[in-house]
Amino acid sequence: MSSLFAQYDPGDFFDEMFSAPGEVRPHYRLLLERSERLSSEDFNRKRQIAELSYLNQGITFTVYNDKQEGTERIFPFDLIPRIIPRQEWEHVERGLKQRLTALNAFLDDIYHDQRIVKEGVIPEEIIRSARHFRPEFMGFNVPKNIHIHVCGTDLIRDREGRYLVLEDNARCPSGVSYVLESRMTMKRVFPQLFSRYGVRPVDRYAQDLMDVLEHIAPPGAGGDPTTVLLTPGIYNSAYFEHSFLARAMGIGIVTGEDLVVQNDRVFMKTTKGLRPVHVIYRRIDDDFLDPDVFRPDSLLGVKGLVEAYRKGNVSLANAIGTGVADDKVVYYYVPDMIKFYLGEEPILPNVETFLSAVESDRKYILENLENLVVKSANESGGYGMLIGPKATKEEIGQFRSLIEADPRNFVAQPVISLSRSPSWCEGAMEGRHIDLRPFILCGEEIRIIPGGLTRVALRKGSLVVNSSQGGGSKDTWVLDGGKED
Amino acid sequence: MLSRVGDSTYWMGRYIERAENNARLLDVNVQMLLDLENKGGETARQFWRPILSTLEDTELFDELHGELTPAAVLDYVTFEPRNPNSIQSCISFARENARAVRDQISSEMWGQVNETYLYFRDGSAGRDFQSNSHDFYEKVTESSQLFQGVTDATMTHGEAWRFIQAGKFIERADSTSRILDLKYHILLPSGEQVGGNVDISQWMSVLRSCSGMEAYLKIRKGDVTSWGVAEFLICHREFPRSIRFCVDRLDEVLHEISGAGSGQFANEPERLSGLLRSQLDYATVDSIYRTGLHEYLDGVQGRLIEMDIAFHRTYCAY
Repeated sequence: MSSLFAQYDPGDFFDEMFSAPGEVRPHYRLLLERSERLSSEDFNRKRQIAELSYLNQGITFTVYNDKQEGTERIFPFDLIPRIIPRQEWEHVERGLKQRLTALNAFLDDIYHDQRIVKEGVIPEEIIRSARHFRPEFMGFNVPKNIHIHVCGTDLIRDREGRYLVLEDNARCPSGVSYVLESRMTMKRVFPQLFSRYGVRPVDRYAQDLMDVLEHIAPPGAGGDPTTVLLTPGIYNSAYFEHSFLARAMGIGIVTGEDLVVQNDRVFMKTTKGLRPVHVIYRRIDDDFLDPDVFRPDSLLGVKGLVEAYRKGNVSLANAIGTGVADDKVVYYYVPDMIKFYLGEEPILPNVETFLSAVESDRKYILENLENLVVKSANESGGYGMLIGPKATKEEIGQFRSLIEADPRNFVAQPVISLSRSPSWCEGAMEGRHIDLRPFILCGEEIRIIPGGLTRVALRKGSLVVNSSQGGGSKDTWVLDGGKED
Repeated sequence: MLSRVGDSTYWMGRYIERAENNARLLDVNVQMLLDLENKGGETARQFWRPILSTLEDTELFDELHGELTPAAVLDYVTFEPRNPNSIQSCISFARENARAVRDQISSEMWGQVNETYLYFRDGSAGRDFQSNSHDFYEKVTESSQLFQGVTDATMTHGEAWRFIQAGKFIERADSTSRILDLKYHILLPSGEQVGGNVDISQWMSVLRSCSGMEAYLKIRKGDVTSWGVAEFLICHREFPRSIRFCVDRLDEVLHEISGAGSGQFANEPERLSGLLRSQLDYATVDSIYRTGLHEYLDGVQGRLIEMDIAFHRTYCAY
């Protein structure tokens, strides 16, 4: 066994690489063999090359609540890839397609007839009280009947290695630029390994996204729609990604200030005067899109944009109001949606979830807070979360009163023993928990980037993979060949 | 192209150029100071004050530093974050503008400006400055030149590129006029004569600050005179840092942006650049010295400022 992995202990978890100490899984065998030729000095040197290339390219994210200068940080990158065999990926892919189809059907239904409510599958109260439900858009027909064009669904694997859905991100999911950049970095650092392994490429993503955006262009745009990416600006935590995607698609990146609406048509201010805009890939939440309709204090949005959208003069991706589908309480009902709209059994199950809005569940939650993960319904990025087994008495008390005050706003899940992957931690390979965020595009058809963003909780024992909470990333390899197992 | 993008690319071009010019100016003068050092603190003060006036940075400096010492001036013009024209500030602004138009510029350009930014941010710049200021300033100059080269070689020479060029040449014309004007502010030490050793060595440092020493010596066969230097840095047609050269390029690039034919103007910035261009075409060193070199340069700087304002109004904030 190689020096890098000689001391590695998979522990009492589902380990992606080893089925037992010293027992490498078949699809990792080649990686292990290759790594035998690497000393830890070689490995460290490769790591430094990768880090430097991230820093020099400005592949950074911004941390909130950090008053000092230097709010830009590089996203820690771990060189050991996460490898997914072909059959395993095909299963995941089928499950994600099924799920997104159901979510889009749900949004269409919820903004029209609300059959799913009328037939008693989801209580009306849940929809009405969902923070990101937009009753203003009842009866509105979105272009090509697609609400969610880009979805990031977070998957985890449990102790048995089963893939479970942790949450859906149906508003402005981010992270895909890290997938594309980390692939380029890995190819630079381990060129030979790639040629041997048969890794499915990810670089079609930008073209696929562009196809989706052009697919939903308003008919008035003629054959040559102008598409732009709307960003909150260079201080936004995901600005690197915004500019990355705009470059990859060859479209302009605009801020709210660059756009103006006249006669319900959207224009951008150029050096040659005003130019019409037809499709906006917006990376701004609904709340900030248009100060006339949503938050009046928003400086990021464009006055009149929503009216132009209603009139069908401009298309938005994602559509307004998709947030009702990624509400963590609505999440609970996604398996029911799949049955209701598609008449199918869910291929990828949810994590077992308790709703504090339901009295019997709430009782259970309050009695078992120290064993549960509690999430508020509408936060993301690892904020507003309680991890029972790691929490102090005060934190548990605090969440108890929060839940009692606003039961609609919380869900709880058992602590899942997330799968682990070997990761380089201060000079040794150690197991660290990971998740997976594939990016799913819905245009003429549903396309999924092979793999996605594998996030890794680099802090020892931590289950939180968010970049704002000490998480890093790994390259995700979906294999082309069929017979690794 | 978006107006905001035009604005950012223009300023990116200006800031990169400004950082380079400041670096060269300081480098040359640090070396010149070596010749003067034995002449006591008063000379040093007389020498550094004009540098600040040249950069129009006197007021803030006095506010931040009670006493004028060479070290304080160097730190102020090189690193002071509160000085918007310090080299470090210029690099930060250039990088911020580059970040805002990351999708318009090549990865190589971004990589170059970001690397320079990180060089200042992580403290390496400060350490290099302490260990050898000449090597340090040379490095800063080189990083700007590398950026210019990479820009030419990797970016489409379209509208955004032209905005960068407009920023670069307007800044360079302004900078050359200020460096030349520096000589006006520097007093000759008492007992020194015009045309004497110290006078000539000051003119040589002006040339060096514009990277013009070698080109000048070739043209003038080694004869350094005040008239010769002024004529060279103002009127020379082919030296890439002369005011005339920069204004010619600026005028051309403005016409490329608007599509107007040369010799005509489609908007106010073109009218102003055409005016200045023809004035420089027909200037002689005699006429310049009759006006007074300082007054003449002041006039040029005024024109450049008007042009900057008109440019902004025409393309960015209409």
